[in-house]
Amino acid sequence: MINQVPFEHGMIFAGVLFFLGLAGVLVRRNAVFILLSLEIMLNAAGLAFVIAGARFAAPDGQVMFLFVLGVAAAEVSLGLALVLWLYHWQRNVDIDNARSLRG
Amino acid sequence: MTVAFYLAAAVAIAATFMAITRLNAIHALLYFVVSLLAAALILLLLGARFAAAMEVIIYAGAIMVLFVFVVMILSTGPREALQERQWLRVSTWIGPAILTAVLLGELLYVMAGATGALITPAQVTPAQVGASLLGPYLLGVELVSMLLLVGLIGAFHLAYRLGRGKASEEAGGKR
Repeated sequence: MINQVPFEHGMIFAGVLFFLGLAGVLVRRNAVFILLSLEIMLNAAGLAFVIAGARFAAPDGQVMFLFVLGVAAAEVSLGLALVLWLYHWQRNVDIDNARSLRG
Repeated sequence: MTVAFYLAAAVAIAATFMAITRLNAIHALLYFVVSLLAAALILLLLGARFAAAMEVIIYAGAIMVLFVFVVMILSTGPREALQERQWLRVSTWIGPAILTAVLLGELLYVMAGATGALITPAQVTPAQVGASLLGPYLLGVELVSMLLLVGLIGAFHLAYRLGRGKASEEAGGKR
């Protein structure tokens, strides 16, 4: 036990981070904060993959982490471009203003 | 290693909590960078060196820089902080907070049925990860590359229309 961690504690850590991100998405109205919370959730999912990979000393967890990283990069670049677009239209980043598909 | 794991986990959770409750976007981003660095330390402790390096370079480096650029462009000032304070009323956040707390409680309950498995940190070298990436997961790599291409084209499309709209606006102003 001196050099080990229970598997469940690692998963609970990733789960707590994920639910913090979920709460952020639900609570905030600023689009930048919502994207940040989505990043928190994606990061937590990637962490869960790596922790599960470490449990079996297999490289698959890290491979999945890289895929999650790619998805996060693509998502954040498009999301931030959309936030800039929203700001250009509405002069603020309140997502409640973006209710219709055409401005 | 065990103590370092719990310490880093506590730092990551506290920093993430601060990140989602800040009023100023830059403060939130800095707290999230701290959370990412703590997560990278956890990955390092678990023997995932390559994933730890990627966490720092891509997440804390590239993606957070993108966020900082956008926040700088949006020029959030004291007025925005005031607006955030109005949005973050107790009546606004209490409902979602209770719902997520219930879900988290369920997760903890499920996880409490411990199997007793322990993680013994065994180094998974970057060479192993690379061999796995270009061996059994080659199709996944191709899919991610296509996804990144789609992201590139989409971001270019949005930026192009944004720039053109501004240009036509300026031309209209001159007329």
